[in-house]
Amino acid sequence: MPQPVTSRRNFLKTTGCLTIGFVLLSSSELLADAPKADKLPGSLQDNPRINAWLELLPNGRARVLTGKIEIGQGIRTAVAQVAAEELNLPVEAVEVTIAETGRTPDERYTAGSASIEQSAMAIRHAAAAARQKLLELAAPVLRLKVSQLRLEPGAVVASSGRRVSVEQLLGGRQLTEEVRQPAPLKPKSQYQHVGRSVPRQDIEHMVRAEPYYVQDLRFPGMVHARVLRPPSYEARLLQFDADALRRAVPGVLQTVVDGSFVGIVAEQEYQALRAQDYGRLHTQWSAGRPLPIDKPLPELLRSLPGTVKDVASKGDFTKAPAAGALTHQASYFKPYLMHGSIGPSCAVALFEPGAQALHVWTHSQGVYPLRESLAKLLNLRSDNVHVKGVPGSGCYGHNGADDVAADAALLARAVPGRHVRLQWSRDDEHAWEPYGSAMAFDLQARVNPNTGRITHWQHELWSDTHSTRPAGSPEKLLAAQYLAQPQLPKVEDDFSGGIHRNAEPYYQFPALQVRAHAVQGPLRVSALRALGAFGNIFALESFMEELAVLARQDPYEFRLRHLTDERAKAVIRRVREMVKGQKIAENEGLGLAFARYKNTAAYCAVVAKVSVDPGTGFVRVPRIWAAIDAGEVINPDGLKNQTEGGLTQAASWTLNEEVLFNAQGITTRQWEQYPIFRFDEVPLVEVAVLDRPTEPPLGAGEAAQGPTAAALANAVFHACGKRVRHLPIRPEKLVG
Amino acid sequence: MEADLTLLVNGQQHILRLDPETPLLYVLRNNLGLNGPKFGCGLQQCGACMVLLDHIAWPSCQLPVRQTTGGVAITTLEGLTRPDGTLHPVQAAFVQEQAAQCGFCLNGMIISAVSLLKQYPQPSEEAIRNGLFRVLCRCSVHTRAIRAVQRAAASG
Ligand code: FES
Ligand code: FES
Repeated sequence: MPQPVTSRRNFLKTTGCLTIGFVLLSSSELLADAPKADKLPGSLQDNPRINAWLELLPNGRARVLTGKIEIGQGIRTAVAQVAAEELNLPVEAVEVTIAETGRTPDERYTAGSASIEQSAMAIRHAAAAARQKLLELAAPVLRLKVSQLRLEPGAVVASSGRRVSVEQLLGGRQLTEEVRQPAPLKPKSQYQHVGRSVPRQDIEHMVRAEPYYVQDLRFPGMVHARVLRPPSYEARLLQFDADALRRAVPGVLQTVVDGSFVGIVAEQEYQALRAQDYGRLHTQWSAGRPLPIDKPLPELLRSLPGTVKDVASKGDFTKAPAAGALTHQASYFKPYLMHGSIGPSCAVALFEPGAQALHVWTHSQGVYPLRESLAKLLNLRSDNVHVKGVPGSGCYGHNGADDVAADAALLARAVPGRHVRLQWSRDDEHAWEPYGSAMAFDLQARVNPNTGRITHWQHELWSDTHSTRPAGSPEKLLAAQYLAQPQLPKVEDDFSGGIHRNAEPYYQFPALQVRAHAVQGPLRVSALRALGAFGNIFALESFMEELAVLARQDPYEFRLRHLTDERAKAVIRRVREMVKGQKIAENEGLGLAFARYKNTAAYCAVVAKVSVDPGTGFVRVPRIWAAIDAGEVINPDGLKNQTEGGLTQAASWTLNEEVLFNAQGITTRQWEQYPIFRFDEVPLVEVAVLDRPTEPPLGAGEAAQGPTAAALANAVFHACGKRVRHLPIRPEKLVG
Repeated sequence: MEADLTLLVNGQQHILRLDPETPLLYVLRNNLGLNGPKFGCGLQQCGACMVLLDHIAWPSCQLPVRQTTGGVAITTLEGLTRPDGTLHPVQAAFVQEQAAQCGFCLNGMIISAVSLLKQYPQPSEEAIRNGLFRVLCRCSVHTRAIRAVQRAAASG
């Protein structure tokens, strides 16, 4: 019994998600008497039955059920490849059903780059077990040994050609056996699909404009809703005149005012939009407590009360530095960043009054936790709440998806029997999404100039949590905090939210101190791609470069010297090869950075090339290269696509982005005020994948974020001699 | 307030009774059931809602529908696919280059690229960057999108 609990806790640590009210299923007995090495992989531990993951359909097809949602990471294709491989099917013969309560396994959140490690590995083992079971069922029928049989699409076949169909073997049932270790996995040398760049089928549906997104759902009689949010976090409703609104705007069916939560439902979308515009102009709110603006944000973070955790501590810092030792210290800062989904959050909800049942269609990353949260928010039985995952616009973490689902559910209750579609506005998303936390860092180190080695390293950081997912409780849903009987989130101080992710260097230093301060900053925050790793790696790898420069060391060799893991060294050497022969003109520079994401997931080394205009300080990024090792790769092009996107997105974060506020609230409320990279600014990116087919697959979707930031800062330094330690790297920081 | 308006969308004429101030985006999505143009900002800042108006790519989110009557040929992403179901070369190129993650921006990219290639059949990389400038992509598949437009230009 203690074993699964421990593993669950470790899982929480590495994903940075909070799971409240989690119940272990029957897997506990299975694990209790199994030797540790034979632990079931991925999410199988919680759902060990084959049919939880896999259904065999007539005509030689199969359906895979994943508790993860498609968010553009290509999970559908990856799990189809894995299942097709073990079942000897063409990839096209595998359908994929994504996260839906009551239908797919409960895999909590699609987060932490863990879809392959958790879901695809569960599906691989379930499919292998299914193949074995089908052979065992066929053996007596064909009067042959299992070893004389093989599974082909739709049938088990003997070498003589005699066959029995899967349909016949199953007689309409599904395989409900539990997967046991060791699962009869196909030898990797026989792989046909895994490790190949199988194209994603869904891209063709997208270019044909077939209905695909939650935004595209249409139901008979569906109505349209909008919400009116206060001008700032703590403003409260003073006056909203529903009658005046109805007189001014046609088509308004219902208005909902509960405390300071205000929603409007209209027959048509344009009417809902006009009602929202009218409401924004004519609704009165209290001013609320002002946001703190008297101190610069880095200073503010350092001054807030918080909890301290010593993340790592070894070696002796009490002695004064050795004579001749080089010492250095520097402070860094990373601002609040937006997820910035291109499609603002959207949800559809239907309330059935008779059954007291709620249906929600959502692009949330966690349908099961959302079900629990909504049930508590609306006082419904959780099995009366049905939540179906439908792809939305890319989210890169916890954006407004869960919040808009709660808004829609609250409004659906007011127009029972009708599907309510709630589309957040751009302003709703920009001003109310939970941002990636601001962070401040102080680093110090000593270098022995004779050996070129770092002897002492200290990293201290201040940050808000990086995860406030609803996780089954209602109070982290935005609307809950504004109801007449508000539910307010408790302050978290348990460091489970990714604050010190990658604060500990992957390099070997004799003396090391890493200390994290968990504080509560002024803005609403939650998980943004890479969580604390983005800021920590930016600081760590910028500082590494500063030390290399100080000790007059080659940046590649300096890093290699402090690494012991050959796979880490291999990505650095590979990216060095990729940029060999690059000509560096005046005002241009190359910058390197490396990290192993979470220190347990994918390895990634990045080199950026920049040019800095000496007159204006304007930074151009013509190219970025990356080498990545994510262990066994299911779909190399999928991994490349994710990494390319990570490089460009992180470059935009690093050079352009910063959520701004004044005392009255958020001021970056449109793209013009929060300018992400456009086509004229984006680099051309190139990714090399180091495939390790015999190693376990490693989460990779977030691996490029941190290294990209530091590679850019380092490149800017080499281009113009200016070290920018406060993101974003804006032109004004490079002139004068 | 409502009026009868005649729209020419993807080669078909539609007579619709609606508020002439309604932005074209909502008419296309809600009255005609099209999925190509998407809501991204409603501010003409992101390009998610692009349509072709007589071959010019234009955001539809703030454009009152009354301005798109009178025989203006409106083409959405759906309208690029040939009647026999084969893809337009630009659509095909985006599939071949796998130039998408979530795909929410694809409409704007493809519509803008079609408009660009109509004007400049062999665009330079810089011209492609300018042609797609209005379209934001947060998943950041830009390198692939540029390659897709180059591929479409080479095939056309
Ligand atoms: S939705 Fe029209 S430009 Fe953004
Ligand atoms: S592919 Fe997601 S926004 Fe472009």
